Amino acid sequence: MTALDAGPTEAPRTFFFNDPVIRGIVYQIVVGLILVSFIAWIIGNTAANLAAQNKTTGFDFLWKTAGFDISFSLLPWSRASTYWQAFLVGITNTLLVAFIGIVVATILGFTIGIARLSSNFIISSLATVYVETIRNIPLLLQLFFWYFAVLKTMPAVRDSYELPLDSFINQRGIFFPQPLPDAQFGFVWIGLAVAIVGVLVLRRWARKRLEATGQRFPVFLTSLAVLLVLPALVWLISGAQVAFDPPVLGRFNFEGGVQLPPEFLALLFGLSIYTASFIAETVRGGIQAVNHGQTEAAQSLGLKEGDRLRLVIVPQAMRVIVPPLTSQYLNLTKNSSLGAAIGYPELVNVFSGTALNQTGRAIECIALTMLVYLILSLLTSAIMNWYNARVTLVER
Amino acid sequence: MSEPSQTTAASGQATRQDKATSTKPAIEIIGMHKWYGDFHVLRDINLTVGDGERIVIAGPSGSGKSTLIRCVNRLEEHQEGQIIVNGVELTADLKRIDEVRREVGMVFQHFNLFPHLTILQNLTLAPIWVRGTPKAAAEATAMHYLERVKIPEQANKFPGQLSGGQQQRVAIARSLCMQPRIMLFDEPTSALDPEMVKEVLDVMISLAEEGMTMICVTHEMGFARQVADRVIFMDQGQIIEQNEPEQFFSNPQHERTKLFLSQILH
Repeated sequence: MTALDAGPTEAPRTFFFNDPVIRGIVYQIVVGLILVSFIAWIIGNTAANLAAQNKTTGFDFLWKTAGFDISFSLLPWSRASTYWQAFLVGITNTLLVAFIGIVVATILGFTIGIARLSSNFIISSLATVYVETIRNIPLLLQLFFWYFAVLKTMPAVRDSYELPLDSFINQRGIFFPQPLPDAQFGFVWIGLAVAIVGVLVLRRWARKRLEATGQRFPVFLTSLAVLLVLPALVWLISGAQVAFDPPVLGRFNFEGGVQLPPEFLALLFGLSIYTASFIAETVRGGIQAVNHGQTEAAQSLGLKEGDRLRLVIVPQAMRVIVPPLTSQYLNLTKNSSLGAAIGYPELVNVFSGTALNQTGRAIECIALTMLVYLILSLLTSAIMNWYNARVTLVER
Repeated sequence: MSEPSQTTAASGQATRQDKATSTKPAIEIIGMHKWYGDFHVLRDINLTVGDGERIVIAGPSGSGKSTLIRCVNRLEEHQEGQIIVNGVELTADLKRIDEVRREVGMVFQHFNLFPHLTILQNLTLAPIWVRGTPKAAAEATAMHYLERVKIPEQANKFPGQLSGGQQQRVAIARSLCMQPRIMLFDEPTSALDPEMVKEVLDVMISLAEEGMTMICVTHEMGFARQVADRVIFMDQGQIIEQNEPEQFFSNPQHERTKLFLSQILH
C-alpha cells in the first residue's frame, strides 16, 4: 500500500544493470577492451618474435631490385625492376584476367540463363546440363583441367597446329599476328569516337521523336551501321595502313606476333566458364521472379514481345539480378588468385609468392596483397550499391 | 432492358459508332472447347456479345469463368471452335492476336500495374509504344482518364504508394487509355478490402452507362442487377443459363443456378 501512496510521479526503482541502455554501454565497453588488448598482444608478440629472429620490418624493400623473371606482363619488366614494379605487374595481371573474365562470364551467363527458360526442350536441357555440371566441380580442378589436360597437351612448338589468319596454337599458348597501325590510323580512332558520340545523340533524338510524333526509328540497325561505316570511310579516305607482324617459327620458339600463354588462357577459361554457371542461375531466378501477371498485363495492352521484355520484364528482373551478380563479379576477381596454382603471374603468385619468398617480409607482402583485394571489392560493391539504389522500387 | 441500353449507346461514344456498325457483334464465340492437359475446362461455349452490351458472368470457382474471358484476348489458347473479336478470328497468327489485344482492354484481379513506372508512365506506356501516340497527347489522355477515376493527384506516384482501390482504378484507366472497344474485367474487386469495392464499382458503372462493351466476371450481384444486359451462369466449363438480370435473379431455371444463388444471396 505504501507504493500507492508514493503516487504516480515516482517510477518503481530498478537495479541499474536491468536498464537496457546501461547494459548496452557496459557490454560495448567490455568488448572494446577485449579487442584492444587482443590487438596489442598480437602486435607485441609479432614485434618480439621478429626481433628475436633478427628480422627488420618496413616497406623499404619495395625499392630494391627484384631480380626474378615474370613470364607474362603488360608493363615493362626486367630482372632489374623493383619489388614495387613487381607489385604493379601483379595487380595489372589480376585486373586483366578479372576484367576479361567478367565480360566473358556475363555474356555467357546471360545467354545460358535465358536458354534455361527456353521452351525448346533441347536448348533448355543443354543449359541445365551446363549449369549443373560446371557449378558442381571445384574451380581449382577445372583450372587444372584446362591447363594440364587441354592446353599443356598441345603439340610442341615445332608441330604447332595452324589456325586461320597466321595464328598458331601449341604447348606455349596461342600466337597471333600483332597489328601495327601507322600514324594515319589515329584518324580512324577519332572516326570511331565520333561514331560513338553520334550513336548516343541518335538514341536521344529517336526517343524525343517517338515522344513528339509517336513514330519509331530503327535505332539498333542504324547505330550498328554508323559504328561500322564511319570508321571504315575514314580509314579509306585517310589512307591509313595497318601492317601485321605475324608470328614466325624461329630457332626455339615463335618470334614476333602476340603470345597468350597457356596459364593465362587456362585461368581465363576456367574463371569465365565457372562463374557463368552461377550468373546463369542468377539471371534465370531474376526473370522468374517477375510475376507472370506483369507479362499478361503487357500482353493485354498489345505490347509486342520485344517491347514487353525491354520495357516491363527486364527492368524489374535487373533489380533482382544485380545484387547477386555483384557478388559473382567479386568472386571471380578473388578466385583469380587460384591462378597461382597453375603459374599465372597474378598478384598472389608474384607478390605473396615469389617476392615474399625472396624478401622474407611476410607480413608486409600479405598485408599489401590483402589491401588490394579489399579495395577492389569495396570499389565494385560501391558502384553496384549506387546502381541498386537507383533502380529500387518506391513503395512508401 | 434493351431500350435504355440503346439510348445510352447512342448518346455516348459517338466516335465508336462510325468504327463498328451496331449490327455486327463485338465478340462471337462458336462451339469453343479448351483443355488443360486432360482436364476439359471449357465445353462447347457459344456466346455472342453485341456492340455496347454489358455481360456479367457468374458461377462457382473453378467453373471456367476467368478462363473464358482470358480466351477472348488470347491470354489462354482454345483448342476447338472459333473466337471472333471485332471481326478478327483468333488463331495462332501473332499479328491477329496483337490486332485483337489493341482493341480489348483487360482488368485483372491483382491489378498488375508496372511497379517500376509511375502512374502516368503506366498509363502512357502502351499508347506510346503500341499506338504511336505522341507523348504529350498520351499524357493528356492519361490525365483525362485519371480524372475520370478521380485520382489525378496521384499521377507521379508509384503503384506501391497507392491503396488497392486506387491501384485498381489506375488499372482501369490504363486500359481505357488504349481507347479499347471492349473491356474485360476478371474479378476486379475480389482482392480489395470491403471499403474499397464501391469506388471501383462506381467507375465500372459509369463506364457501363457510357455504352462500353463489357464482360465482367464478378461476384458483385448488385452490380449485375444494376448494369448488366445479360447474366451468364457457368458451371463445370459450360454455360448453364443466361438471362436478363431481373429474370435471372427472380426466376432461375436451372437447379444448379438456384443452388448457387441461394448460397451467395443472403
